[in-house]
Amino acid sequence: MQLKVTNSPFTEEQVELLNKLLPTLTEAQTQWLGGFLTFYRAGAASAETAASAQLIAPALEQAAQAVASVSAAPREATILFGSQTGNSQRLAGKLAEKLKAQGFDVTLSAMNAYKTNGLKKTAHLFIVASTHGEGDPPDNALTFHEFLYSKRAPKLDGLKFSVLALGDTSYEFFCKTGIDFDERLAELGAERLTARVDCDLDFEGPAGEWMASVIGALDAATGAGAAAATAGAPSASAATAPAESEYSRSNPFKAEVLTTINLNGRGSDRETRHLELSLEGSGLSYEPGDCVGIYPENDPALVDSIIAAMNWSPSEVVVPGKDGDEGTLRSALLRQFEITVLTKPLLEKAAAFTDNGQLAELLAPEKKAELKAYTNGRDLLDLLQDFGPWKLTAAGLVSILRKMPPRLYSIASSNKANEDEVHLTIRKVEYEAHGRARGGVCSVQVSERLAEGDSLPIFIQHNPNFKLPANPETPIIMVGPGTGVAPFRAFLEEREELGSEGKTWLFYGDRHFVTDFLYQTDWQRMLKDGVLTKLDVAFSRDTKEKVYVQHRMLQQAAELYAWLQEGAHVYVCGDEKHMAHDVHNALLTIIEQQGGLDAEAAKAYLAELQAQQRYQRDVY
Amino acid sequence: MTKGHKVEPVGGPPSDVEHLKKESNYLRGSLVESLQNRITGGLSELDNRLLKFHGSYMQDDRDVRNERQKQKLEPSFQFMLRVVTPGGVSTPEQWLVIDELAEKYGSGSIKLTTRQAFQLHGVLKWNLKDTIRTINDTLLTTLAACGDVNRNVMCNPNPEQSQVHSDVFYWAQQITNHLAPRTPAYHEIWLDGEKLIDSTELLKAEGADPVEPIYGPVYLPRKFKIGIAVPPSNDVDVYSQDLGYIAIVEKGKLVGFNVTVGGGMGMTHGDTNTYPQLGRVIGFIRPEQVNDIAEKTVTIQRDYGNRSVRKYARFKYTIDRHGLDWFVAELQERLGWELEPARPFHFESSGDRYGWQKDKNGRWNLTLYIQSGRVADQEGYELKTGLREIAKIHTGDFRLTANQNLMIAGITTAKKAKIIELLGKHGITDGGNHSAIRRSSLSCVALPTCGLAMAEAERYLPTLIDKLEPILEEIGLRDDEINIRMTGCPNGCARPALGEIAFIGKSPGKYNMYMGAGFSGDRLSKLYRENVDENEILDTLTPILHRYAAERDNNEHFGDFVIRTGYVKPVLSGTDFHS
Repeated sequence: MQLKVTNSPFTEEQVELLNKLLPTLTEAQTQWLGGFLTFYRAGAASAETAASAQLIAPALEQAAQAVASVSAAPREATILFGSQTGNSQRLAGKLAEKLKAQGFDVTLSAMNAYKTNGLKKTAHLFIVASTHGEGDPPDNALTFHEFLYSKRAPKLDGLKFSVLALGDTSYEFFCKTGIDFDERLAELGAERLTARVDCDLDFEGPAGEWMASVIGALDAATGAGAAAATAGAPSASAATAPAESEYSRSNPFKAEVLTTINLNGRGSDRETRHLELSLEGSGLSYEPGDCVGIYPENDPALVDSIIAAMNWSPSEVVVPGKDGDEGTLRSALLRQFEITVLTKPLLEKAAAFTDNGQLAELLAPEKKAELKAYTNGRDLLDLLQDFGPWKLTAAGLVSILRKMPPRLYSIASSNKANEDEVHLTIRKVEYEAHGRARGGVCSVQVSERLAEGDSLPIFIQHNPNFKLPANPETPIIMVGPGTGVAPFRAFLEEREELGSEGKTWLFYGDRHFVTDFLYQTDWQRMLKDGVLTKLDVAFSRDTKEKVYVQHRMLQQAAELYAWLQEGAHVYVCGDEKHMAHDVHNALLTIIEQQGGLDAEAAKAYLAELQAQQRYQRDVY
Repeated sequence: MTKGHKVEPVGGPPSDVEHLKKESNYLRGSLVESLQNRITGGLSELDNRLLKFHGSYMQDDRDVRNERQKQKLEPSFQFMLRVVTPGGVSTPEQWLVIDELAEKYGSGSIKLTTRQAFQLHGVLKWNLKDTIRTINDTLLTTLAACGDVNRNVMCNPNPEQSQVHSDVFYWAQQITNHLAPRTPAYHEIWLDGEKLIDSTELLKAEGADPVEPIYGPVYLPRKFKIGIAVPPSNDVDVYSQDLGYIAIVEKGKLVGFNVTVGGGMGMTHGDTNTYPQLGRVIGFIRPEQVNDIAEKTVTIQRDYGNRSVRKYARFKYTIDRHGLDWFVAELQERLGWELEPARPFHFESSGDRYGWQKDKNGRWNLTLYIQSGRVADQEGYELKTGLREIAKIHTGDFRLTANQNLMIAGITTAKKAKIIELLGKHGITDGGNHSAIRRSSLSCVALPTCGLAMAEAERYLPTLIDKLEPILEEIGLRDDEINIRMTGCPNGCARPALGEIAFIGKSPGKYNMYMGAGFSGDRLSKLYRENVDENEILDTLTPILHRYAAERDNNEHFGDFVIRTGYVKPVLSGTDFHS
């Protein structure tokens, strides 16, 4: 068999090298190499490799000794992640695979599940952490973040580390959690193995480079031979998950729209789409709690306004064509680039193309507040209109824009109950700002420009931090107002499909009972059939005093606490800023009152639930 | 007529509703729990049945029923609330309360019904209790506005017109109180147990039910309707009532009433065993005997009405089954006294007199034409706002008429000018600007809220009249009253069987067309065309109206004309309605 790019996971260059080498090997050399490679995959000892390892045991031993003799620092590393939607976790896992393949002894853990006394024992620490909202750490990074900043944090002299930070430049506190870890570890005496890398929404590239630099530096530090050419070989990761679909974040599947329904009744001031997408032929599968990423299209009216404002030709080719797309200015602005969000890096790059001093002035360090006020609610059209005249070509503009980021939506269906389908719940975001009607790119597209039979480029984003309990009999409490209810439809469908007898309790809320009770008849049926044990609802605009889910929780404090004591898992999904915060406080109050605990003890109780993965949140 | 002639009640297993009533523990059922359930805006079938006795129906907006099903939303459940207003009389304070509730909890408008009651639509389940409590706080009630009990007692709405009218109104209130259900369930559920007005204690006969001495634990087999007419006006359509009283006035004094029994409007399409019927006069009674007659008549229907098949359960069928003689004998046995022979009387019309009238006390009464009884604001015709402004300064009463119109009664000379000013400011007229046929029209609510409707009524009749008006104008009949009535189903809320021209809904856009009822409500109409749409209606009516204009005798009413000229046969008894 001849190795080719098409029948192997290797690049053209690698195939060439391997094909040059392999035919020259003797039988003994082939066996030795097999053992050597097995060693490189230490930890993934399948029955198959164990059997072949026996055959070649002497060779293996030899190889191990050879590696050990050249090692200086221990080939050992700890990788910790703080992840909300699963991106950081996935990247941390990727690094772990790479290091294991290099023969490293790797400890991979979520930050909240990590025993902090391990910090003094490890030689290398790698951190992958995302940032949420106003610079907040993800849920499973909270306790570790707090620990490092507390007086109990140990001196970490001798520890080598590096941080990969995920974030979004459109937020003021870009990558703050990663920055916090990076700075604090240095303060505690640890030494940077490589510089921190901060990633914007399009993180795959920079994350790959960070991993390459980390591995390179480790090689140097531990004295390993450069024998394994790992740096800059991203395609190697394909080998780690052979059963997965060919479709991914970087290769989205075009899913056909089977059904699109507005879930809000006539007279509502909201519009929420229930989308049913076909996964037929994709090989994609998902678990309850996972998300779908959608690559949306920008509003054609906005794209045309931008092109008209600059007096450019929509058909000018500005980027390489792909997938039958010719890469014209219009199609690139529609599908490939973000045009609805202004970030500081974009403004800085744009400033080079205008003599309008106002833009440079706005970017001055002391004008931080003014900059924030300007970018808030404005888009590319505003920028181009406000700071001309421009010395900018269409291709030049495109080169400074961020790639179109995918939008993530919690899946509202169970794969077991809906083979080859995935359901989503998407609320249209619309608002008026700076004299113009504006809206969410994806939600407006889905609401206004997507019909049954059309298709959407999607991928599955697994979320290991929002999962049903392993035991289907464990009671679950679900708090999901508004579109936050989506994953709980998936949870309940799954439990129904499994025939689980575990108790289930849903707290739901929205504005008006009559028009905004998402999936009302689904819940009614599930209540009747016993799949849903309890349902409590709060509609905030139907009564004089606004009632929210947390009020319903407090009204049922005794029973809710009893469920917790029985081992119930608590899930919260939806708005982070207000709802998740209020629900968190309601839980603390309930634990405090019902458990007869003081505030500190209640906090510890809830932290313990979180550490045991019995309190999980999917908030945005 | 043999005294003591006994008949057997109708056999057959009791209907489901009878079981529900029996198990409800005097109308309680599980209403309290159902009202607290926040997951649905509706009620269970059982509780909805019981809720009717409390004055409310569960409905849903049928315009959006199918679309909501696709949206995974339950039907847009909402409640109609009917307020008992004997004789249609309410104070300005009460008007303001109803007006505010319509805005706060209802669909924004007030419906004046064909039985002189207020109706609010669109009340959500969670607001029912507050709405009902507020209504009770203003000394009105919803108890027994619907359900298998005596309904709102109708009477000519103008007690100020003469002492007679005033006396008649007094008796309407007496009957209402006497036949009101006694169960404490209403107060328990809606008023947290408090009872605002203590109804007159009944003399409890031996062996009578301890909670409901008149009705017993399963109440009546169907609804029961009572109305009092003051000749020459038959505005209450006395012959359409299960039990009717016709005031007999001698030398300017109310001396008593002729009693009619066995009238009723409802029927079922395709079932000729069901039919509208006219009440028949059975004799004369003295005023103080009014309650006794009402009570004993009700107990006969309680004991002999059909409890097996609800569509055959109205009192008219009980009488037609056993004969009028049997009924009179049974009644007199229960009364322990005999009725006197009926006395002469004469009806002229069943319509309202619009405009200003001065009464015996020197006060002014203004009757306003209210299309379909719907009090709402329109551009240039701010009826609801205008009436609210009037209620704020008015020292008399508001009177709901049996023709869905409104009388502002007892206006002092001092207030008259101010009220005229307010009417003008809000574009309200007495209806003189409308054609006579429009002013003589009646329609029920029908779509979108009524669960029984098969076709439009309130939302469509005005449009049909728009198309008839030019025809009438052309032939010079603009100011001639012709009673025209439309209902969305054959249950007859707008008394179509007593319309000179009537339409009963069959399916969307299609109606059965009837003609020939008496102008004063003394003769039923007759089916003339089946399943006709608007074009067929206009094509059919136009030549008849032309001929009527050309060939009618002096003051000959349309209903009489179509009989004389042979379009339809006269129907003087419901048993001939289908023949």
